[in-house]
Amino acid sequence: MNTARAITPAAAPVNERNQYLSFALGDDEYAIDILRVQEILCICPITPLPQTPHHVRGVMNLRGAVVPVVDMRAALGLNSEEYGKFTVIMVLSVHERTIGFVVDRVSDVLSFDASAIERSPDLGGRVDASVVSGIARTQDRFVVMLDLERLIGADVGVGVA
Amino acid sequence: MGEIHIDLDGLLDTFFEEAEEHLNTFETGLLELEATPSDPEVIGRIFRAAHSIKGASGTFGLTDITSFTHALETVLDRLRAREIDYSADVARALLASVDVLRGLVRAARESAPPPAEAVPVRAMLEQFYRPSGTQKAAAEATAAAPAEAAGRKVRVRFSPKPEFMCRGMDPLAILRDVADCGEVESRQVDASALPELSELDPESFYLTFTLVMRTERSDAEIAEAFGFVDDLCTFAIEPVAEEARPDPAAGEQPAPADESGPAALVAKDGPPAARDAKTPAAASTIRVATEKVDKLLDLVSEIVIAQAMIVDATRAPGPDAETRLNDALQALDRHTRELQERVMSIRMVPLASVFGRLPRMVRDLAGTIGKKVQLVVEGEGTEIDKSMVEQLADPLTHLVRNAIDHGLEFPEQRAEQGKPTEGTVRIRAFHQGGNVVIEVGDDGKGLDSKQIRAKAERLGLVTAEEVLTDEQIHDFIFHAGFSTAAKVSDVSGRGVGMDVVKRNVEALKGSLSLSTEMGRGTQVRLRLPLTLAIVDGLAVRVGAQTFVVPLLSVLESFRPTPTQVRAVLGASEVIDIRGTSVPVIRLHELLDEPNAERDPSKALLCIVEANGTSLALLVDDVIGQAQFVVKSLEVNYRKVPSLMGATILGDGRVAMIIDVQSLARTDHRSRSVAADTEAMIPVSEVA
Repeated sequence: MNTARAITPAAAPVNERNQYLSFALGDDEYAIDILRVQEILCICPITPLPQTPHHVRGVMNLRGAVVPVVDMRAALGLNSEEYGKFTVIMVLSVHERTIGFVVDRVSDVLSFDASAIERSPDLGGRVDASVVSGIARTQDRFVVMLDLERLIGADVGVGVA
Repeated sequence: MGEIHIDLDGLLDTFFEEAEEHLNTFETGLLELEATPSDPEVIGRIFRAAHSIKGASGTFGLTDITSFTHALETVLDRLRAREIDYSADVARALLASVDVLRGLVRAARESAPPPAEAVPVRAMLEQFYRPSGTQKAAAEATAAAPAEAAGRKVRVRFSPKPEFMCRGMDPLAILRDVADCGEVESRQVDASALPELSELDPESFYLTFTLVMRTERSDAEIAEAFGFVDDLCTFAIEPVAEEARPDPAAGEQPAPADESGPAALVAKDGPPAARDAKTPAAASTIRVATEKVDKLLDLVSEIVIAQAMIVDATRAPGPDAETRLNDALQALDRHTRELQERVMSIRMVPLASVFGRLPRMVRDLAGTIGKKVQLVVEGEGTEIDKSMVEQLADPLTHLVRNAIDHGLEFPEQRAEQGKPTEGTVRIRAFHQGGNVVIEVGDDGKGLDSKQIRAKAERLGLVTAEEVLTDEQIHDFIFHAGFSTAAKVSDVSGRGVGMDVVKRNVEALKGSLSLSTEMGRGTQVRLRLPLTLAIVDGLAVRVGAQTFVVPLLSVLESFRPTPTQVRAVLGASEVIDIRGTSVPVIRLHELLDEPNAERDPSKALLCIVEANGTSLALLVDDVIGQAQFVVKSLEVNYRKVPSLMGATILGDGRVAMIIDVQSLARTDHRSRSVAADTEAMIPVSEVA
């Protein structure tokens, strides 16, 4: 894994630097709060469900628990891609539920100063900015922080999209 | 993160649950007292229930509950000492107290303000306090108004065992209870047993407390404070000579190894009830018999052995390897099945917890409407899955209420007909063929088919020409809106909310039937599965997917001839089965499954039935019959229409379990609904 320049020694106080897990959809990089991450799995058989929104691909067996699987591309309104060998499922907790999210690949654990994150950025009118909680810029990166609670409604429907 | 918080919440939930059980015990006891007003055993049981609530509420700092139960205990104490009788007034006050306590518990649970009746009911209780004198003084002392030092002087030594804290006990709460018994003159803590910091086990308890106090109470009464922990501590209550200063040496003594000494000191002059105080706590907190746990452990070791045999057979190939492997697999299969059954049995609780609420309701209702009712309960030991017990309370209450209100006649009418003036409502529960059957019957007037039919005709549910059997007519009372539209007296019998009862029972995957005889009574029979956690199902294949159809609803399956399935209006399909048109549901359309067989004559139709509606499910193949563990979709997702839940197959994949009832319900309206649902939802023409 290539180390992001933003990563610094662990001595940094926790309250100012937060850790994030970054993942990729195509060439774009996104990140979510690392405390949400329960585990990361290879793509596994997904059983489709009737009468579910398009982005909910179905459910999977997570060691005996039935967990819904959300296609992150579909949830964000991006083009869908065939699942390949890097495709992974990030198992996250959102709304006190356990939900799997399919992403193209998981890249890094990033650590940012709170001040390095630009809150409520102006994204122009073309995208709904409310699912973006901030943008972190370093010299070689441009990472979109997602607000999963807003992206995924309490019933795992897409809240905003 | 926040583990302590979660833990406390869990404990509180346990408290609320237990409080509810204790209140039921309390209430049942009070009703028993009506028959045998001075039965010391019953009074003891009531007292212990109140005391349990008081003790636990004190631990959680729920002062409203603690102080109310304290007032209650004072009255019960006098009852126990036969200083007052169980008169109608006392009964009324105590029964009202149960309601107030329920309200207080609910208020604590929902962080709501305490119920308004708490104050007047408390005043009712206080009437029965000893009018003057020492008891009153003691009561005042507990209200933090130190009365003049009356009574004798005692030294109470309390020495918790090291595991005290591990068992979730709060030594300070015990000390507070002791202190409530009188006026404390001195307190001492002996820390001599405290080890070096390096050897200190943070979860062990090392201190011994000594209180010297003046009290009016007997040793036995003081000993009640230790009622729940007497196996976790040693304690001693000794009289102190009036002039003596508290002996400093006393605190330095190590906890006496001989527990029976100080305990015996109390027991010799205390009533047995004080010693029994720990029994209810044990009965209600240890929910699983140790024996059951031991059996589980045995089974687990059997499974470990079987697993080792399998490993052995695969690693050491030999001429008999295959035989050994087969034997081991068979053993594993047998043990796993037994393990499953035993674990299920742990989830089972007796129906007594639901039935226990009924006597009070019957008593109150009978009193209100002026009927004489005898409630007979049989088979309250019948066990059913814990998750179902709660959901049974409402329908059962409804049925019993109906039986009394509309089934039984007034005493005069009964006398005219030569029946005993006291009507009987009989509840019977038993196991039958993997189901639990609960019957609620009365010996009242029964249903009048003519009146019900007339009502049904008026409501347009049936035309005057149609020929109906009595059963079909009686079924109308389960029709939504039937009862609400009809004045219940019109229909000579049941009616109120029977549709709700039926819905509740069906939600539990149960069924309901009714038999009645004019002038003889009515009986409603509920048939419920033992558990909702496991379902007997038929696995079917649709394309690459597997579905499970609950076996209970499967009638038959067959391959139709090419002409048997007919399209109606170009969209719906029906099949003619012995003269009835049954709608065909293509399961592959539910899921937009591309690889499924679309030609019915090359696939199979699985005929299912629910609520009297039949459906034909189009599936590729029937895989077989098995038991499936039902996993909720709601835990991490949400309720999905037409699915009962999911299950995990032998290969680890998730399969959907079809909810035939909801499929049958939604089918009729869905076609039009589907048209205006968003395109986002993958094909849902059917469901």
